[in-house]
Parts: sequence; C-alpha cells; structure tokens
Amino acid sequence: MGEIYVGRTEEFGERDRKIIAQGNMEIGVFCIEGEFFAYENNCVHQGGPACQGKIINKVEEVIHETEKTAHGLKFSETDVHIVCPWHGYEYNVRDGRHPGNKNIRLRPFKVDVKDGEVYVHI
Amino acid sequence: MDSGIEPVKENPVKEITTYTDSRDVLAKARQQADERNFDDVFIADIDAHHTETESWREIITYIDDPVVREQAKEMVFHRSGTPPYGLNGDLALRYQDVGGRIPHQAARSETINEAEIKEAGHRDLVLAKRAYEAMGIDIQVVFPTPMLFLGMHPQFDMEAILGKAYNRWQVENILKKDRKLKTMMFLPFNDPESALETIEEFGDSPGCVGFMVTSVRYKAVHHNHYMKVYRALEERGLPIGFHAGYYWQDPFMMQINRFGSMHALSFVWCNVVHMTNWIMNGLSERFPSLPVVWIESGLAWVPWLMQRLDHTYLMRSSEAPLLKKLPSEYMKEMFYTCQPMETDHPKALELTFEMINAKEQLLYASDWPHYDFDAPSVIWDLPFLDEQSKRNILGQNAKRIFNFER
Repeated sequence: MGEIYVGRTEEFGERDRKIIAQGNMEIGVFCIEGEFFAYENNCVHQGGPACQGKIINKVEEVIHETEKTAHGLKFSETDVHIVCPWHGYEYNVRDGRHPGNKNIRLRPFKVDVKDGEVYVHI
Repeated sequence: MDSGIEPVKENPVKEITTYTDSRDVLAKARQQADERNFDDVFIADIDAHHTETESWREIITYIDDPVVREQAKEMVFHRSGTPPYGLNGDLALRYQDVGGRIPHQAARSETINEAEIKEAGHRDLVLAKRAYEAMGIDIQVVFPTPMLFLGMHPQFDMEAILGKAYNRWQVENILKKDRKLKTMMFLPFNDPESALETIEEFGDSPGCVGFMVTSVRYKAVHHNHYMKVYRALEERGLPIGFHAGYYWQDPFMMQINRFGSMHALSFVWCNVVHMTNWIMNGLSERFPSLPVVWIESGLAWVPWLMQRLDHTYLMRSSEAPLLKKLPSEYMKEMFYTCQPMETDHPKALELTFEMINAKEQLLYASDWPHYDFDAPSVIWDLPFLDEQSKRNILGQNAKRIFNFER
C-alpha cells in the first residue's frame, strides 16, 4: 500500500487523463468536471486497455413517459463513459461500473488532491 | 515542484485511436503472452483479416477480363465518391466500430515508414507482423473483409472475377513474402465451374492451406453441381471452410434496427442453414475425409443445432436416409473456430466444449483486427481445460488438418 504521485491538477484539462505505470500495473487517472477518478487499466472482459479508450457520454433512449413509444437516441447530460478500445465495454467514469451489470467493474483506486497535487492510493 | 515522492512511469499513449501503432493497441496482449509464456506454445490463428480495399488499386490489376479490368482502373484511379470497384459491401460495414469506440476496427492508420515496407515487402505485412507478434501467434490464416459479401453480388460472374484477382494478388504480395501467413483461398462458390478452376489454379500455391466459402449466399451446399468441388478438395487433402458473415438485407434481418442485434443473429444464421443442409443430405457420409471448418460463428449455436437436428432426425429419419448416426455425432467430428467465443455463461461454455469435443476439434482464431477479436489468452485462461487441451486448441488441432509447410 502506498500513494503514487500523478501530477499537478493544472496538468489535466477537462476530460483529460494520464496513464501511469508501476511495474506491470497501469492506472488510468481521469479528470471529469474538476473531479479525479482512477482505475486499473485492465478491462474486466479480456484484459484490454480500458482506460486508454474513448471518453464519451452514455447513450440513452428517449421513451415517451406514458405512451412508452421510442423517439430515438441521445447522449446523457450527466453520465460519462470510458470505452475499452479492444471490444467496446463501457464503464461509468465516476464509479467504474458497466451500465448493464454493476458487478462488471474496473478496479478503482482512491484519489487524493493535496495542495494542487494528485495522488493515487494503491 | 517537489512532492518528495518519486514519480512513476507515464504511458505516452493516453488514448488509443486509429493512428495508434498496433503494438501499442496490443501491448496488453503482449503482456498476456509473456505472462503465459506463449513463446513456448505453438499458436495457429485460423481466422485473421486484412482490409483488402486498402490494396484495391493493386488487386484490380490482377483481373483477367480486360474490359472489367479497364473499368476498374478507370474508376479506382479517376473517380471519387464511390466504393471500390466491384465490391458490394453490406450497409452494416458502416457500424462495425460502434461509432468510433473501437478504433482498430475502423482503420489502422498508424505510421509505417518506407524502410519497414521495403523490408517486409508490403504495408499489409508490416501490420500483420506487428499484430501476430504482439499476440504470440506463430501461424496466421488471413482472409479479406468486404469480399466476404461477394456471394451476394448481383452480377453472377463478378465473384469469380474478383475472387481470382484477389487470390493471385495475395499469393504474390502476401503469401510468398511472409511464410507465417497462410490462407484458405477465396472460392467463388456461386459458380461451381469457377470454383473448380480456382482449386486447380491455387491448390498448390504457397501458403494455400485450404479453400474458403463465404457463407453469406443463397446457395444450397448439397446441390449436385458442388459434388465435384468437394471431391477435388478431398482428393487434395485440403479442408473447406465456411466463413460466416452478416447480411442485413436478408428479409428476416431487415426487421432488426440495431447492428449488434443483426450481427448476433446473421453471423450464425448463414452457417446454421449450410450446416443443416450439409448434415441432413449426408455430405459427411459422401466425403468422409474432407475436413469441414465452421468459421466465425462463435460456438453457442452448435449445441443448439445439435439438439434441434437430433430431435428432428429421430422422428423423420426417412428424410435423411444417408445418415448412419445422429446429426450431432457428425457435427462432433467437424472443426470449429472459437471466435467470437461466448464466455459470459461459463457452465454453458464448458458443456459446449464437451458437446463439440473441443479438445480435438476446436481451433483458435483471433479475427484480428475486427471489433470482436479474441486474444489467445481467452483459451489459455479457461478454468476447465487441462494444459494439453489448451495447447491442442491453440495450435495442435490445426496442425492435424492443415499443412502449414505449404
């Protein structure tokens, strides 16, 4: 157990990330709307580089509340996903969970920001 | 800034895109291969792909017909806004990369310098080597991509015209230059005469380890005019493969609105139909020494079809009089590539392996660089297999039916 220094907060733009490595373990550190999140760069599916994939808002289907008719797709205004580039598994960047199965989850790490410096606890 | 803590290494590849080097895309696969010592395991990948349209300008120069060749050149070199000449790729090809989420499916636009191309002999060879080395693959059987739809081409003769041109291009530019790459040659199955000519022309070509029927077509595999094709392959000891694909314009599939739904069904359905005809018409009895390989339909369909056909056959054996045993027993003697392997229901997968006699009949396939590719670790990490079975599936089973010395 210990903490890894990742960098200063100003090194991260909005929806930016760093992929840091210690030995064989890689960790993706994400900055989303000023908050930091960290996960092992290891997709639950086949071990792909999930943290190096596209960052894109969750897709939602527009359903009429009472008639239950479908009216196309839209991007969520709140939920942001990271997508494993190997096969497309999507994970919510805020909790690391797959939208269709909460047990499919990237291994999370606690992130601390102290005096403008970002640390990940491993 | 001095935090007092030593900084760790930072991976310069923050995001994988279509411009990322294949070796970086597959860095995790390389790591998996090292951790599992795949350099000590013979791995034969029975289904990988290249994008032949990227070399279409070269391929069309191998077309026999001078009029078609001239039309193709005129279009490829001077006309914009249209797909590559002669190809009838399905609408669904536009959706494969899930809207840019899976970059290696969309394109491999990575940097390859001239010296690398010169040394390898072709850009495709550089790309192939980067990938197969990353995954620890020793032999890779390569197929085209949009040409998988040629069986549905409205111009009857175009399948054979383009198929032969592609085969010739592939022999000269791919198979002769990298002996780790092999192919099951494109068989223009809609025209049995052309299919027979293709076997005669390419059967002894370097790197030809069999012949491949693209399964997307409306042709009954038991029609009498195919018997000479099967006999020719059986006599030469060359396997026949049925490479699945999808066809969104199929009337049943046209009810489906999402690519994934259509892909899940259509990639299996074509082989379900061909397998059913193959079994119930006794082709396994008529060509007992011809290895038949079912490619890229995954595995879950096989136990389902075994149960359906056994149940039906036992009530209606008079409709399949050539059979001397159950349909499932014939199916258990056929060969299957594993990808895309349905791993999400482990008990069902284990039973599937038992039902298809996977330890002797299953062949590893990556399908790289397509969106649902499987790395070799998918087989190696299965908890219910012993090490010999893993080695068989990853390469030794393939060695039994393919002559990789060719």
